[in-house]
Amino acid sequence: MEMVLIAVAYLLVFAVAGLYLVLLERKVAAWFQLRLGPNRVGPFGLFQTMADALKLVSKEMYGTNRADKFLYNLAPYFPIITALLAMAVLPFSAQFQAFDINIGIFFLLAVSSVGVIGILLGGWASNNKYSLIGAMRSGLQVVSYELSVGLSLLTMVVLTGSLQLSEIIEVQKNGWLIVQGHIPAIIAFVIFMIAGTAETNRAPFDLVEAESELGAGFHTEYSGMKFAYFFLAEFINMFIISAIAVIVFFGGWLSPFGITEEISWFPSVLWFLGKVLIIVFLMMWFRWTFPRLRVDQLLNLEWKYLLPINLFNLVFMAIVVWLGWVITF
Amino acid sequence: MAEIETENKIKSEEYFVNMGPQHPAAHGVLRLILTIDGETIVNVDPDLGYIHRSIEKMCERDSYQQIVHLTDRMDYLSSHINNEAVCLAVEKGLQLEIPDRVKVIRTILSELTRLASHQLWWGVMGMDVGALTTYFYAFRDREMINDIFEETCGARLTMNYNIPGGLMYDIHPNFVKRVKEFVAHFKTKLPEYDRLLSGNIIFINRTKGVGVLSREDAISFGVSGPVARGSGFASDVRKRHPYSAYDRVSFKEIVMNEGDTLARYKVRILEMWESLSIIEQLIDNIPEGDHLVPTKAVIKLPKGEFYQRVETARGELGVYINSDGNKNPYRVKFRSPGFSNLSALNHVAKGGKIGDLVSIMASFDFVIPDIDR
Repeated sequence: MEMVLIAVAYLLVFAVAGLYLVLLERKVAAWFQLRLGPNRVGPFGLFQTMADALKLVSKEMYGTNRADKFLYNLAPYFPIITALLAMAVLPFSAQFQAFDINIGIFFLLAVSSVGVIGILLGGWASNNKYSLIGAMRSGLQVVSYELSVGLSLLTMVVLTGSLQLSEIIEVQKNGWLIVQGHIPAIIAFVIFMIAGTAETNRAPFDLVEAESELGAGFHTEYSGMKFAYFFLAEFINMFIISAIAVIVFFGGWLSPFGITEEISWFPSVLWFLGKVLIIVFLMMWFRWTFPRLRVDQLLNLEWKYLLPINLFNLVFMAIVVWLGWVITF
Repeated sequence: MAEIETENKIKSEEYFVNMGPQHPAAHGVLRLILTIDGETIVNVDPDLGYIHRSIEKMCERDSYQQIVHLTDRMDYLSSHINNEAVCLAVEKGLQLEIPDRVKVIRTILSELTRLASHQLWWGVMGMDVGALTTYFYAFRDREMINDIFEETCGARLTMNYNIPGGLMYDIHPNFVKRVKEFVAHFKTKLPEYDRLLSGNIIFINRTKGVGVLSREDAISFGVSGPVARGSGFASDVRKRHPYSAYDRVSFKEIVMNEGDTLARYKVRILEMWESLSIIEQLIDNIPEGDHLVPTKAVIKLPKGEFYQRVETARGELGVYINSDGNKNPYRVKFRSPGFSNLSALNHVAKGGKIGDLVSIMASFDFVIPDIDR
């Protein structure tokens, strides 16, 4: 019974987060682009994305002729399932975490890199050259940037000494890790944000679905709910990357400077969501401001700059921890 | 398809992709047959004809007043300048003395058209390299120009304001005021364009050294307009062969020598400043007088050949009229800038990535109906 309740709760969080992040993106985009954004369906357009989802559900499934039917139909489930799996270990608050496994961060990384299989399969099985180019780009991109995401988080694990998410948050009772780890932590955060944006295939790293080059990239041939799975997964992944950033760098559900430590009724999940939304906004800011990189520049950035910086940063962090230069209050 | 052998004896094959006729980066129905090796472009083969409307043939059927209306549909972003080109050619044939007022108004409108076209190009250029926000900034400012056009001649895109002999109507009483408002507004907004896109490190990486067209190649491909001037080929018709009121204004011809996408980008941005300065010089002293020299209802050009070139937003537009003395021309030929510029595309895009091709195409600023006619 308990499990069912948890499952329902998570599915609800999943759906609400997905739908409202789409709305938020559209509102933020409109704000950047001197427009109003959706404002017709419901107050402030609050029901716009629900109406869109309803449309997508009721749409006819329409695919290409000589596609590999099995893989084509299988592909959309990869991103959505991996996103759900990753969601399960996120600590929304002290009490609200489905699985608190002792390899939390490792699990998140492992699961989030499985999602790319869906993109590769989708691009391959669609029997479309544009989709294939998109899928190959996505392969390149995720394999490369996975390293930076992993290494920047590893840098922080050196500081915390634990992979368990609840413990990582516990350590931050005396100051967020970005303050505790000062310079190396800030470097790790910047690299994590760059690599995380790349992992979620968002601009300026949206080569996978580069509209002006490839039409819609790997999901060109998908329609209806199958397209919606890819679309939704992108937004959930953005949420997950932001959540990891908040957990590892900004104290998760802890309030800043222990403001609400004494107030027992204040739900700490609000702190968590508030911080996540700030990071999400940052990622949206990137998307609506920056042009897109070229595919060779994308790889140069990772292998020539981010990876070496990251490795040095890891050593730097180890030295900082070894010499006890950590800032705590 | 040529087979390529890599060092490890893995065989890879070139493949071809149809970019267009329906493609977000083509801005129309241009079909590019790409031969690609992985992401690298081996060959670009433009396939035309998807929006061919046989405008030149239709010109042989129509009277000279009617031809003007057809030219709107070629380069629809410089429609006023196209109209002007035909009118100038016909006026040359009739040896009409055009009043100063008409010349000045035509020049102001031409520069406004150029500004509107460059604004649209800037928005689309940003969009093609992935910065979607530029589009809306550009359209905010372009809207003001379109409003001016709408008030002046009732249309926002296909103006039909020029007729052989002058202008269809006199300008609207608000014209001067609104143009001044626009110039003041756009002078504050043009630096914003630079802040949003020009200095961005990703944008510079995407454009610097990409699609280099040398001066010699530019000349031998017959490239004109901002593309040629980005390659160091000073070919501005407004400077070399002044028409209308261009001989009485002072402006710089923007020339850059790098020849890459960034140079073409900068040329257009700086050209917008020059256009603003031309408008400012003329707007305060529009001479009084007639807006039209009456012509006969049926215009018959004397037997002979007449040629007029103008500088549209995309380059040199030439209008060639061969008349046998009838009310219709015997043959009309348009030398459109887009067609010549397109011929250089394969040369500059070879060896680049797919992303490069998109940014090069954006910097060439193609309008497909202008290429196909």
